[in-house]
Amino acid sequence: MRNFLRAYPAEAKLLIVLVLMVLGLSLASPNFLTLGNVSSLLNNNAVNVIWATGLLVVLIAGGIDISFAVAASVVQYLCVYAFAAIGGGNWAIGLLFAGTFGIGLGLINAFLIHQFRIISIVVTISTFNAFFGLLMFFSSGRFLYNLPSWWSGRVILWEHQSADGTWAELTIVFAVMLAAMVATWALIRHTTTGRQLYAFGDNAEGARRVGINVGLMQAIAFGWCGMMAGIGGLMQANITKEVVPNALIGRELDVLAAVVLGGARLGGGRGSVLGCFLGVLLVAITQNGLNLLGVSPYAFKMIVGLIILLAISTSNIDLAAMMAPRRKER
Amino acid sequence: MASLTARAKTAFGPEVPGLVAFLLLVVVVFGVTAPKFLSAANFGSIAFQLPELGLLTLAMLIPIISGGFNLAIIYTANMAGLTLAYVLNTHGGPDAGVWPFLYGSVLALGVGALSGCIMGLVIAYIGAHPILVSLAMMIFLRGLGEFLTKGGDISGFPDYLAVLGHGTVWGIPVPLILFLVCAALWHVLLTRTRHGFAARMVGSNLRATTYAGIHTKRTLTLIYTLSGAMCAVAGILMLARFNSVRVGHGEALLLVTVLACFLGGVDPFGGFGRVVPVVIALVVLQVLSSGLNLLGANQHLSTAVWGLFLTGVMILRWGAGRFGARHKGRG
Repeated sequence: MRNFLRAYPAEAKLLIVLVLMVLGLSLASPNFLTLGNVSSLLNNNAVNVIWATGLLVVLIAGGIDISFAVAASVVQYLCVYAFAAIGGGNWAIGLLFAGTFGIGLGLINAFLIHQFRIISIVVTISTFNAFFGLLMFFSSGRFLYNLPSWWSGRVILWEHQSADGTWAELTIVFAVMLAAMVATWALIRHTTTGRQLYAFGDNAEGARRVGINVGLMQAIAFGWCGMMAGIGGLMQANITKEVVPNALIGRELDVLAAVVLGGARLGGGRGSVLGCFLGVLLVAITQNGLNLLGVSPYAFKMIVGLIILLAISTSNIDLAAMMAPRRKER
Repeated sequence: MASLTARAKTAFGPEVPGLVAFLLLVVVVFGVTAPKFLSAANFGSIAFQLPELGLLTLAMLIPIISGGFNLAIIYTANMAGLTLAYVLNTHGGPDAGVWPFLYGSVLALGVGALSGCIMGLVIAYIGAHPILVSLAMMIFLRGLGEFLTKGGDISGFPDYLAVLGHGTVWGIPVPLILFLVCAALWHVLLTRTRHGFAARMVGSNLRATTYAGIHTKRTLTLIYTLSGAMCAVAGILMLARFNSVRVGHGEALLLVTVLACFLGGVDPFGGFGRVVPVVIALVVLQVLSSGLNLLGANQHLSTAVWGLFLTGVMILRWGAGRFGARHKGRG
């Protein structure tokens, strides 16, 4: 227990807060801890988790990416035209295309950062503007509804009817979220590349001197983030059944806040997939709980903002030290 | 001539000659290709559009120089605008006198400064990352604003506000005068005062500055308080320009202000940056956008061009840095 607290202080705190919240909400509202509510929570936040796992890798490698949500919109448009060109497609081709387009956009960021030694926030702010401007210009702000039927159709993997007749279901979006989490976890925890990403994020110059290929690290981090952005975009279009050029803009900051709540550090070298998931979940459960408690929807964001502010302000409290056995003062 | 450029460089920073040259190039290119570009009407519209973005950029500038960030600028400006709108509406709306306006403006400045001050306190005394603190503040203020207004517009202000938003004095737009006064104030603050010096030192090396005996916590708090107050000025101007307040007005400008700062040669890691190059960078951005507009492109293409332009400038700076380093190595 103390080892977990010491190794993952932010994750542990978040978990405690979440457990308390879930307990409180399940006592306050009978509708909270139902299969229907929990499954819709998971389905509705899957896209944010997918993006969060991508952003996590960039944060671990010491960078930041502002452009991924806009990149996801770009991938959605590219996909619509690509699927029309090849005459349909299916989920496998869809994931392949979306992932590849996303990696391409991510590599643009990585190239600019590495080749010209520009700090990542500057690069991604400029690609944010460039992607968004070009997307709005070429799409003229048009919505697209003519998605292939496999893309816009609901794919239900598991469903269950409760005694009161309400359906609980998990869709393909949830499955893709799980896959993204497992893949990211495997990458950062169980490969040499993952260890190198942590080392590079913690001390870029030190990593370079022990022989880590710095350019490759940037390419992997931003390529991974781009891939997750693209796949998240594909999944988002499956949920909304339309492609809107400016629908995803602004989401990048919400995802960033969630990832950082989960213990990733701006500046690199720290962060975990579990933390990402819990961070997204904290924001989602807060909104869901407020909704069930009958609080005005206009107040949601205010309270979420306040919670994030509180979480950041208390981030220096050390739980592991509190759990330590008391020693007598000499 | 050489001594003049050298003096300009020391007074305003090494970025200025390059930026001015580029500005002239842009003006000449658009002057030739877009027929109405070199007209009084076009420059008038640039002069009216620049100040909003300009004031917000000034609010972003000082935190960036101190090695931080303020992502909450837009919503701080909106909240300040809401405060003023509330005071005006409770004093008769369109019939409100000048006193409620002054009193409301002071309150608005107070609200802006307060939100900045809270961020500054958290950043300074808890040591949380400025991007996170201001991000949380941004989400909170957006929520608060939407809660208070229910997402709607607030309008119905007295007629004399049009003077602030659209009036001219001796042919110079009032918003531009306001912006230039604020920019001059910021220039003096950064180059001539103890606080400005401390802000730059904090941006260079926080720990060394603390050990040098500067009260860095107070400096950081003051930096964000001033940034918040400058947002409030922008919020008041936005109220006068649009004759309404809506939470989310100017949302798209957030990252453009960062772009303008970097374009103006402000060091992304903090410590270095001047007001004059940033103002010139703002003019370049605005001229680019209006020129493209006259050529028939829309605002979105200008957004893309701004982004590509920043990348281009950073690549050129990288090239110049390598070139300079090689020459130094030989000499």
